[in-house]
Amino acid sequence: MNTNSQNHSAPSLTGRAGGESFKYFPHTEEDLDVMLQACGVGSVHDLFADVPEAARFQRDYELPQALSETDLRLFFEQLTHPLNAQQLICFAGAGCYDHYAPSVVQNLIQRSEFLTSYTPYQAEISQGTLHYIFEYQSMIAELTGMDISNASMYDGATATAEAAMMAWSSAKKATRVLVSETVDPKVRRVVETYAHFHGFPIQLIPAENGATSRAALDKELAEGGVAGVILQQPNYFGIVEDFTGIADAVHDQKGILVINANPSDLAILKTPGEWGADVAVGEGQSLGIPMTFGGPGVGFMACSEKLIRKMPGRIVGQTLDSRGQRAFVLTLQAREQHIRRQKATSNICSNQSLMALYVTIYLAVMGKEGLREAAEMSYAGAHSLCDKLLATGKFRLTFPGQPFFNEFCVDYDGDLDSLLSEATESGYLAGVKVGEKTLMLAVTEQRTPEEIDELVEILGEYKNEKI
Amino acid sequence: MNRTLYGNLIFELSKKGRKGYSLPQDYDRTHSTAELPEALRRKEAARLPECDELTVVRHYTNLSHNNFGVNDGFYPLGSCTMKYNPVINEEIAAMKAFAGLHPLQPAETCQGALEVYFNLQQSLAELAGLSEFTLNPCAGAHGELTGLMVIRKYHERVLSDSSTSEKVAAGNEPSPQQGGAGKGARTKVLIPDSAHGTNPASAAVCGLEVVEVKSLADGTVDVEHLRQLLEEMGDQVAAMMMTNPNTLGIFEPRVLEITEMVHKAGGLMYYDGANLNALLGECRPGDMGFDVMHINLHKTFSTPHGGGGPGSGPVGVRKGLEQFLPTPRVVLNEEEKQFRVEAPEGALGSVGSFFGNFGVMLKAYAYILSLGRENVKMVGPLATLNANYIKERLRDDYLLPIEGLCKHEVVFDGLVDKSTGVTTMDVAKRLLDYGYHAPTIYFPLLFHESLMIEPTENESKETIDAFIDVMHTIAAEAKSDPELVKTAPHNTPIGRVDDVLAAKHPITTYWKSLEA
Repeated sequence: MNTNSQNHSAPSLTGRAGGESFKYFPHTEEDLDVMLQACGVGSVHDLFADVPEAARFQRDYELPQALSETDLRLFFEQLTHPLNAQQLICFAGAGCYDHYAPSVVQNLIQRSEFLTSYTPYQAEISQGTLHYIFEYQSMIAELTGMDISNASMYDGATATAEAAMMAWSSAKKATRVLVSETVDPKVRRVVETYAHFHGFPIQLIPAENGATSRAALDKELAEGGVAGVILQQPNYFGIVEDFTGIADAVHDQKGILVINANPSDLAILKTPGEWGADVAVGEGQSLGIPMTFGGPGVGFMACSEKLIRKMPGRIVGQTLDSRGQRAFVLTLQAREQHIRRQKATSNICSNQSLMALYVTIYLAVMGKEGLREAAEMSYAGAHSLCDKLLATGKFRLTFPGQPFFNEFCVDYDGDLDSLLSEATESGYLAGVKVGEKTLMLAVTEQRTPEEIDELVEILGEYKNEKI
Repeated sequence: MNRTLYGNLIFELSKKGRKGYSLPQDYDRTHSTAELPEALRRKEAARLPECDELTVVRHYTNLSHNNFGVNDGFYPLGSCTMKYNPVINEEIAAMKAFAGLHPLQPAETCQGALEVYFNLQQSLAELAGLSEFTLNPCAGAHGELTGLMVIRKYHERVLSDSSTSEKVAAGNEPSPQQGGAGKGARTKVLIPDSAHGTNPASAAVCGLEVVEVKSLADGTVDVEHLRQLLEEMGDQVAAMMMTNPNTLGIFEPRVLEITEMVHKAGGLMYYDGANLNALLGECRPGDMGFDVMHINLHKTFSTPHGGGGPGSGPVGVRKGLEQFLPTPRVVLNEEEKQFRVEAPEGALGSVGSFFGNFGVMLKAYAYILSLGRENVKMVGPLATLNANYIKERLRDDYLLPIEGLCKHEVVFDGLVDKSTGVTTMDVAKRLLDYGYHAPTIYFPLLFHESLMIEPTENESKETIDAFIDVMHTIAAEAKSDPELVKTAPHNTPIGRVDDVLAAKHPITTYWKSLEA
């Protein structure tokens, strides 16, 4: 094949040297003849006669030549060679968790009727999508203890940023939004980025022994002007914080309480609704979505009924069709960008619909008992690992006395980097370094007792020269 | 489509005592969540369904039968680029070795993933005629917002640099980059009135004030109005956002003049990549003078729309603006031949927790490699040919408001014969009966009965001819039996829905529906 053929000089109507066909283009030379004639032009390039000459692209792209399907597979097999994509036994969390992914979920979301459809604007031929989003909204509302959920957000961080904007736009005389220092720094960074450009200040509430400082929070609330308060549960360090009384204090100041929650733990933990939150947000990846290098996951957002018209994103509602049947439809669209343009509650339109389907099927499979069982196993595993690490005498709890769920922090006196490298060489991702001496480890129901013991052995027996 | 099994919610299939999962039982039970103080635990178990596995599988399989995707039939949804989503891309994105990667694992253990990220952004830069892309944004609107943040960050830098230099050399003329006059921040963004709704919405989220630029009768930007606006407020203009071809599917013929005018006033040009598909092979945004843009990988680069996501909205910038891109950034250390993850200073911040929708990037990269340079360049021409062919074949029955070439999509203003009272909505609904997805309707807002058809390059002449025939049939039905069209659809699992009822008394969860 002559790959140097020029766009505009090739004799073929298609521009492809020798008129070779390609598997995604059905046009034959004969088809092209007829179609070009109907359009009154001599070549496909004549259809761009309205593009100024100076803006025309006159050469070949500097890209590789087309790969056959066989070569494409080989290419990606080489990229996923163990040297290029090491499969580590995962004790890392920090917002992305290795949970059990039931086989049926991946299989069902691959059905092309779900996969290859657009946003369900044409309700009559999109009931599949609308129906599962309604189920998703119901499940998220139930897990978070809130009235209403939207149809999903990009991720947990942007969902939190959108909640901060909701708080800001709902406030009358506010001067800032408060964010606890125990919120994941990656989430905080996104909130700060959005707030900076949207135009409102974020103020950090310091932590005390790994939990939000109540004294500092109360002091800020007493000063007034707080549009909203953003907390995380369990917090970044894995600690389950006690939010008793916070909602009342925030509401007394006419502010909004936002709780970023880990949904897989909500089978057990007090819900954002029970804490009195106005908005619950978070990352749904922990509901069995594969890690896939951090995405796609799914952000969720649920709120109290009074905030429904302030909520960003798609919402599906129940209604009736012309034949009197129950039907589902995108609703309350007057909040959205395609109607309201710059006055919309947000610019979000597409979200993570297929991942919302993932979560829905996951929760249908796991159900009431399965979600609880997975959470119990994760909790038990993390506490077992913690006990065993402390027993080696090489580690101590970073935040002693704080209750944690399935993630916790320990301090290590030796060189943490070389300890982590040692673990990696043994095939373990031992956790995430969150301070010079501090290691954060997460355990899910995927980790076997043998893996836990082996990790303890590796970390406990490592001879660190610097000690 | 399955009409008989339509109806149940998963909650209605639940029965206490059933389960659809199995977890290992041999774990260390020394600890349990009963240790947690009661104040930290939820009072009642979440009312999630209890179903056996087959019930779940059948339920969602049946639901899928009530859906319509590109694999089911022609999907001429204008502005959405519903092209074929190649199956091999799904196979690659599902590879276990990618699925098992944690985003925070050491860079040296995931070079393959970082290479995909780096090479995809480089490929997009070449295709767009720009310098570097971030792949972190998760959707087109997310990309728009990120792109506008880049622009604001750039102006912040220009402003702080110029105020520093003014302090050094007081009384000097401000730098020409600053538009020649203003000392204040640039807070306005110019947006043509034909733009997608996301443009003004993204600008508002980014803290910018929207100023509309009028369109001429032919739907293109009114350059004289733009000139007037720039004279009035040029020193306050941060950027102009443009979609080209515009939302009417028409190439903006004066684009070079427009980018030059805005640059002269100190503003940057933002390219909305929603309609990029038309230009692959023929024209690059960077060569037209655009500084910042986003691409919808789920449109131009064939990744599936998934019923509304996950998408991916990479943002590209011209040389000189790379430093402002959000973190994390994936860079290549040429000496060590290693890819690294960096968070350099000067960046605008972060727009997501990790690297964006990596699984979607895999599909887009596989698509670009499958097409290769010899086929990528045929995408725009073939998509454009298909659209122009439809335009010429349907203009007898459907009102073509603007003469001349269109690009990848064509907009009609309803039926030529308005006497029957059959609207664009009716035509769209009747198409569903014939097994087609409807075109985009009532957008762009410039016409009352907009019907926007985008066929993509993947559709064969036979498919398009059959669609054209059906469109003619519907036009004939509108004359012979208008009620048939006005009450459509008739062959779908449900009839037309009551939108007003849904919005008036919102029922958005199963629990709420039980109260109703």
